[in-house]
Amino acid sequence: MSGRRIVITSGKGGVGKTTTSANVGAALAKRGHRVILVDTDIGLRNLDLVLGVEKRIVFDLVEVVEGRCQVRQALIRDKRFESLSLLPAAQTREKEAVSGPQMVRVIDELAELADYVIIDCPAGIEHGFRNAIAGAREAIVVTTPEVSAIRDADRVVGKLTEAGIPLRLIVNRVRPEMVKSGDMMSVEDVCEILQAELLGAVPEDEEVIDTTNRGEPIVLDSTHRLAEIYDKIARRLAGEIVPFTNLNAPGFIGRLFTLWKAG
Amino acid sequence: MLDFLKSLFKPVVPSGETAKERLRLVLLSDHLSLAPDVIDSLKRDLMEVISRYVEIDSEHADVTFEHRDREIAMLASIPITGVRERKAPEATVFPSPNDAHAAQELAPQLETVAAPKPKANPAAPPRRRRRKKYAAAAAAAAAAKRTAQEPPQVGNQASAQA
Amino acid sequence: MMRALESPATLLEPLAEPAAARGRAIVITSGKGGVGKTTTTANVGAALAAAGKRVVLVDADIGLRNLDIVLGLESRVKHHLLDVLEEKVSLDEALVRDKRSENLYLLAAAQTREKEDVVTAQMKALIEQLCERFEFVLIDCPAGIEMGFKNAVAGAHHAIVVCTPEVSAVRDADRVVGLLPSAWRPELIINRLRPQLVRKGKMLSVDDVNGILRLPLLGVIADEPGVIVATNKGEPLALDPSSETGAAYRAIAAKLAGENVAAPTVRVPANGSFFSKLGSLFGGRA
Repeated sequence: MSGRRIVITSGKGGVGKTTTSANVGAALAKRGHRVILVDTDIGLRNLDLVLGVEKRIVFDLVEVVEGRCQVRQALIRDKRFESLSLLPAAQTREKEAVSGPQMVRVIDELAELADYVIIDCPAGIEHGFRNAIAGAREAIVVTTPEVSAIRDADRVVGKLTEAGIPLRLIVNRVRPEMVKSGDMMSVEDVCEILQAELLGAVPEDEEVIDTTNRGEPIVLDSTHRLAEIYDKIARRLAGEIVPFTNLNAPGFIGRLFTLWKAG
Repeated sequence: MLDFLKSLFKPVVPSGETAKERLRLVLLSDHLSLAPDVIDSLKRDLMEVISRYVEIDSEHADVTFEHRDREIAMLASIPITGVRERKAPEATVFPSPNDAHAAQELAPQLETVAAPKPKANPAAPPRRRRRKKYAAAAAAAAAAKRTAQEPPQVGNQASAQA
Repeated sequence: MMRALESPATLLEPLAEPAAARGRAIVITSGKGGVGKTTTTANVGAALAAAGKRVVLVDADIGLRNLDIVLGLESRVKHHLLDVLEEKVSLDEALVRDKRSENLYLLAAAQTREKEDVVTAQMKALIEQLCERFEFVLIDCPAGIEMGFKNAVAGAHHAIVVCTPEVSAVRDADRVVGLLPSAWRPELIINRLRPQLVRKGKMLSVDDVNGILRLPLLGVIADEPGVIVATNKGEPLALDPSSETGAAYRAIAAKLAGENVAAPTVRVPANGSFFSKLGSLFGGRA
């Protein structure tokens, strides 16, 4: 059976699409699924950096599209997660180098090789965005509980809905103490405003920057609280019903706070 | 000292609430501007409804949405050129001593129209009273009609509808 | 739909330096999204205006506008950039005056159009027109290096590159600097620095970042949750006399205005320099 094709998008830049793609992909791979990550941010690639495979790039998405190599030649196998691979973006080209139909063909091919094809979308709603969603059948919209991010996410939700792509929300960089003091919107607020179903809420964590710098996705550290959260997201994606972590509990581990339907 | 003063005058509304409210309005405004076909249909329907009661200059009519500080308002600017000759009364209007006065005040804004004939079947059950957005104009128009007619006929009609 | 199909070289030809009476057009760019371009544009603009300069802020992020909401002016925007470019309204009708300062104006982006709708030559002409009326024209550039970026850069005389101390941001900033006109000498703002993390070696230091980018440093700003609160309320921190971040933006504005002030910095307890492998990641500018 052909793999699922999920695009991770946001509209606003810097809310954590690439970090989310890397960690959700790695979490799925940890559970034994075959995962291919696709970086579609042509010209400003970063998924390779976040995964720590930047030195191993030989071919990229544009070269695949232009037929200068086979898809398999361009895929970079992750050394830590057996079933995780990356198709990197080109760095010195422009997003217009790839068209929608070309992207669809590549994603189709990748879907035959994996259980999950996770497409990391660039910021914005232009050509790069349109390409990224072209091959997708589902979407994860990443946002933070901030005004500009939510406004941009709303635009993206509109575009995805127009394109008939079902979506779920990841609310990233939540600061529970600020939510408590009323200085930040809550996860529920965000879901309500965007009228979207929650896939997961990820708290702000200063470790994340460090892991990005080192190219070691945080899910590598199973003891880290974020690893558990990404694992739950992976399980929900796979169809399990998993209670949401209570971000207000110390250490964010364990306590149920609401039961949500998955799927 | 400054901190203490600041905490005394802390804003009552937490900024998260402010953010939510602003977002709600801004998204509404964004959605409205993203649905021009819906807006066009809304405008057409609005003109159509209004033109049942008054004659309008639809060429110079305009409907816009204004985003104000705490709300989004729809503003309709619709030049009225005349009052429609009514084929049947739409609402029961109880006569009041102010009607004649109101009619006089509104008279310059309404063109003089020929008094319409009374309802065909006086035995018909009275129309249920409906709330009207344009009650004032309707009341004035009814009053203008009544003062233009012979008193006995109007009196009968009014009591039949009471 | 007509698009400006100009080659990057002609698009990014620098304009001649403006005559003394004309304003400076500065594009605030980064490559990476979410590093603080819009926040910087709003705050530097507000600070300049508070210091008595006539400033206009141009939101070039068409389709995803946010400069209006960061300034708290979202309810006052009636017309936008494309309306002006397409001559549907005059510039005066589209300019929104700030709530707080009579020196500060906003030209909002269109929310329901696309960046490809903007014709570069028209953008250049508009920026020139704005330079005749304002001392500072600050252009908020969208993320990326596509048409939106090119249009935001067209018409500008100078660039401020905003970068956070993260490898992806540095990489993208490096790319962007390589795409700006070679005659320009863009200045750098390092945003969202966390001194404790730098000290622990878990975040790049200022030297780490500028060791790669090698740009004149306009300022360093610490990460602060107050920025979120300020955006919630639509009140730029530059107008808050008690805010350190606000003070940093005010200092940056003063520097831009030609005053002899020190670039704002963030003190890091111990010298936390990071890794040398960064050098190998960036093999020089394209």
